[in-house]
Amino acid sequence: MTTDYNVSYLSVALLGLADICFVLALLGVSRLVQRRNPYAAKLTTYECGIEPFSDSWSPFAIRYYLFALLFVLFDVEAVFLYPWAVIFRSMGVTGFVEMMIFIAVLLCGLFYAWGKGALEWV
Amino acid sequence: MIAGLEYLLSFLLALVIALAVIHVGGLVFPYLMRRLWGFVGDRHGPNRVGPFGFFQPIADGIKLFTKEDITPARANRWIFLLAPAIAFSTPLLVQAVIPFSESYTIADLNIGLVYIVAVGAFGVLGILLAGWASNNKYSLLGGLRSAAQMISYEIPLLLTIIVVAMLADSMNLGDVVARQENVWYIAVQPLAFIVFLVAGVAELNRTPFDLPEAESELVSGYITEYSAMRFALFYGLVEWGNVTVWGLTTATLFMGGWRGPFLSGPQWLAVKVILMALIIIWFFSTFPRLQVDQLMAFAWKILIPISILNLAATGLFITLWPDDYLVPTAIFSWSAVIIFIAAFTFMVKKILLNKRLGMKAREEYEPWLLHKPPGPIPPRRQTGL
Repeated sequence: MTTDYNVSYLSVALLGLADICFVLALLGVSRLVQRRNPYAAKLTTYECGIEPFSDSWSPFAIRYYLFALLFVLFDVEAVFLYPWAVIFRSMGVTGFVEMMIFIAVLLCGLFYAWGKGALEWV
Repeated sequence: MIAGLEYLLSFLLALVIALAVIHVGGLVFPYLMRRLWGFVGDRHGPNRVGPFGFFQPIADGIKLFTKEDITPARANRWIFLLAPAIAFSTPLLVQAVIPFSESYTIADLNIGLVYIVAVGAFGVLGILLAGWASNNKYSLLGGLRSAAQMISYEIPLLLTIIVVAMLADSMNLGDVVARQENVWYIAVQPLAFIVFLVAGVAELNRTPFDLPEAESELVSGYITEYSAMRFALFYGLVEWGNVTVWGLTTATLFMGGWRGPFLSGPQWLAVKVILMALIIIWFFSTFPRLQVDQLMAFAWKILIPISILNLAATGLFITLWPDDYLVPTAIFSWSAVIIFIAAFTFMVKKILLNKRLGMKAREEYEPWLLHKPPGPIPPRRQTGL
């Protein structure tokens, strides 16, 4: 539609705004046409038919936190790789070798974590 | 003033088109899936409403639109309302950078590839918030599983998209399509395409990676508490809208985007999106669901090393032959695909034919099954959330 830098980002921001408005409008209109009859039993939490016995907002052991830590590392790596991917042609062999060293270090880290058992589901 | 008005009008038109794409995807693909799923299972599928049951999704939509919208008393009301909106932003916002034809892009960003990855992650946020806000144990587990899946499969996806950026020498999707004028990247980099396909199916939470909504164990996971229109938003528009948009992205990155003979740009895109949706439906009707530990292991031990290797090889070929890197890259990628398929088939065959695994487990537990306990029950291997 447009190629201007600021206008492009304006479109993205407007799309985000339109997204919230559209969803709220859809739910609002739906609310106008529906028949509503809420009562206590209908509003309980579903738990296989039995009375829900506790809140689910309790401390919860997330078993995959080691994966999450590794994810942060690799995500940062990816952020580093994106700009490199479009300029490494002009950097020649040096740029390529430098990035390969970086990736090799990370891969060593991945294999170390693998060997230490961080990639096993506990 | 006039320019502003013109811009606003063209933006509104673009918005209507983007919403229409999501709605058409959300109406046509569930119908297609149920019909084909029925065909695979030797059943009829929906065939009552309209010719061949074609109006079934519309009837479902109207029904869900007029049903009572329940917010559980113990849920967090505002986040419960906000979660579908956040999840809905993924299919809508990704479309902003997809070139539908030579001149039509809503926002022609020069970092389109990064933008797609960034916006694509919103969907998981919506699911996680929906799971948490429902205050339901199934929903919470579904949301957490979705996060687990996302942190694993996001990395192969990211690394594969980098390969496309390297080949195209640009992160602008218009440029990516322009570089595929002579040859599609699926022919140059089938390995990247396969990794993108698998990681994409995992990000979309489709079978065999549909753990977040596993209806047989988590009663639909994060959408357990969602009813009426909010359910329709999540189940129809967001999920199948995501499939549509993912098909658009795949078509743009690997299949030449809107380019193609005879038909116009949007028509070619539609053909390619339907192709990708058919692949998803095929997975859906043939593959069993994975375990959580298998799912994480597959991402970290197979997909990530493969995609890093692929990235390094592509970089090497482009550095060595800056002018005609396509041929060596294609040779590498195709041979890698053949090797991996051969290895995978061999592995699967070995696992399937290896009855020892099953026999061993049976021998181990049989005395307890026959009520002759020779000692304490051996500890079971723990799996999953």
